Amino acid sequence: MDYHILREFADSWVLLAMFVFFALVVVWAFRPGSRKEHRDTADIIFRHEEKPAEKEART
Amino acid sequence: MWNYIKLAVLGIAVVLFGLAANYGRDFGYQVHALIFMAAAAITFIYTLRTTGDVKPKPEGYFDGVVRYGVIATAGWGVVGFLVGTFIAFQLAFPQLNFEFLQGYGNFGRLRPLHTSAVIFAFGGNALIATSFYVVQRTSAARLWGGGLGWFVFWGYNLFIVLAATGYLMGVTQSKEYAEPEWYIDLWLTIVWVAYLMVFMGTIFTRKEKHIYVANWFYLSFIVTIAMLHIVNNLVIPISILGSRSVMVMSGVQDAMTQWWYGHNAVGFFLTAGFLGMMYYFVPKQAERPVFSYKLSIIHFWALIFIYIWAGPHHLHYTALPDWASTLGMVFSVVLWMPSWGGMINGLMTLSGAWDKLRTDPVIRMMVISVGFYGMSTFEGPMMSIRAVNSLSHYTDWTIGHVHSGALGWNGMITFGALYYLVPALWNRQRLYSLGLVSWHFWLATIGIVLYAASMWVTGIMEGLMWREVDSQGFLVNAFADTVAAKHPMYVVRATGGVLYLTGALIMCYNLVMTVRRSPVKADEAAAVPAE
Repeated sequence: MDYHILREFADSWVLLAMFVFFALVVVWAFRPGSRKEHRDTADIIFRHEEKPAEKEART
Repeated sequence: MWNYIKLAVLGIAVVLFGLAANYGRDFGYQVHALIFMAAAAITFIYTLRTTGDVKPKPEGYFDGVVRYGVIATAGWGVVGFLVGTFIAFQLAFPQLNFEFLQGYGNFGRLRPLHTSAVIFAFGGNALIATSFYVVQRTSAARLWGGGLGWFVFWGYNLFIVLAATGYLMGVTQSKEYAEPEWYIDLWLTIVWVAYLMVFMGTIFTRKEKHIYVANWFYLSFIVTIAMLHIVNNLVIPISILGSRSVMVMSGVQDAMTQWWYGHNAVGFFLTAGFLGMMYYFVPKQAERPVFSYKLSIIHFWALIFIYIWAGPHHLHYTALPDWASTLGMVFSVVLWMPSWGGMINGLMTLSGAWDKLRTDPVIRMMVISVGFYGMSTFEGPMMSIRAVNSLSHYTDWTIGHVHSGALGWNGMITFGALYYLVPALWNRQRLYSLGLVSWHFWLATIGIVLYAASMWVTGIMEGLMWREVDSQGFLVNAFADTVAAKHPMYVVRATGGVLYLTGALIMCYNLVMTVRRSPVKADEAAAVPAE
C-alpha cells in the first residue's frame, strides 16, 4: 500500500459518494419532526444519573 | 471454571516471560519481559486468592474502574507536567542534562517520556475513565463485560509503564507519538480491542432509544485509533527475543503514513475523544442540555470526514507530491468550520446561564478550554497553509501551537471533568474548596499564556533568522545564533510550565481533600420530599 490509494480516493467516485453521504446526514438532521426527538435525546444526560434504568425505555 | 483456565494461562505466561527475560538479546527487552512477568504473577496471585469467592451479583453502575481511572489521570498528569517542565529547563539551561544521567535522563530520552505521559497516560486515562462513566449514564446500562473493564484499565496502564520505561532505555522505533516497539504495540492492540468490546457492548445493551452524541465521538475515537495504530506500526521484529524491528514501509510512504497517523492522533485522540467529554460534562455542569443537538450531529460527521485528510500538511516542501500536500492543506483549512461549529455549540450551551461563569470556577475552566479549542483550531489551519508553513515549520511556533491545544483544550476540559467526577464518584456533596479551583484556573491560564506567547515570539524570530540573507545572498545567522537569541523566551516558557504544574498539584490536593473531608451526600431516599 502506498499513498496512491489516497489519490484514488481523492479524485474518484469515492469522493462524490462520501460527499453525498455527508449531505444526506445534514438533510436527515433537519428533517421535519426531528426537533422533538433531538430535544429528547439531548436530555438523556439528565435521566439516569444514579442507577441504570429498570426497564427498556427503547420503543 | 473460567478462573482455572485463567490461572493456567497466567502461570504459563509467567514462565514464558521468565524465559524471555533470560534469553533476551538486549537490556530493554529483558527489563520489559520482567515487567510482563511481574504483571502476570500479580494477576495470578490475585486470581488464586479470589477463586471460589462467592461474589454478589453486581448492581448499579460499574464505577470502581472509573474511580481508579480518575486517580490515574491526576497522577499521570502531574508526572507528565513535571517531566515537561524539567525538559523545558533543560532547553533553557543545558547543564541540566547531567553527566551521570547520560543515556537515561538527557533531553532526547525525556522528551518522548513527556509527550507520551501527557497524551497517552494523562489524556488516555482521562478518555477511558470518562468514556466508561458517560457511556453508562447515557445508555442507562451497567458497563458491559463484567471484569473486562478492569482489564482495560490495568492493561492500558501496563502499556504506559512499558512505553515510559522503554523510552528511558532507548527502546523506540523513532516515530513521533508512536515510539513504543513492536511487542508493546501488540499489547496495546489487545487492550484496545477489549476497550472497543466494553464500549460497544454497553451501547448494544442500552436502555435509551438513541445513542447520545458524546458516545458517537468516543466511539469514533476508539475505532480510528485502532486503525491508525495498526497501520502505522506495521513492522517486522528482528527477533522475537529482541526489542528491535524494521518498518515495512520506507521513504516517503513511511513519512506519509506517520503523519497520517500523527495528525489523526491529534484529530481523534485529542479532539474527537475530548469532544465526547465536552458534550457530556459542559451540559451537566451548566445544568442545561447542549445548545443545538442538530449542530452536534453535523459537527460530528463533518469532523470525521475532514480530519482524516489533513495529515500531509506536516510534510510541506518534502518529497511528498505537491497534490498530496495541497490536499492536506485544503482539508486543514476546511476543518476550521466544523471545529468552530463545535466550539460555538459548547459555548452557547451556557446561553441563559452565563451568570454561572461568575460563581462556578469549574464551568469557567470548561469554557476557557472550549475557547482554547477554538483558538488552536484557527491557528492550526493557518499554519497548514504552505506559505505560512514555510516560516513556521521546524520552529518553536509549532510547539506553542501544540501546547495551546494540549494545555488549554485537553488539559482544562480534563480538569473540569475531574472536578465534576470526584464529588459524583465518591458521593460527596461538593468540592472541598472552590477557592482552590479558582487558584488552579488562574495559575493554569497564566501558565498557558506565558507558554504560548513566548513560543510565538521565539518561533517567528527563529523562522525569520533562518531565512535572513545579506545582499550577497549569504545566510546572515548561524544556527547557534538563533539558539542564543531564544534563551530568554525559553526561561519564560519554563516559568509557564511551573505555574501550570503548580495548578495541577493544587487540584490533586483539592480532590484528595474532597474525598477525605467533604460532607457525604445525603441518601437520596431521605432527601426527596414525599410527593
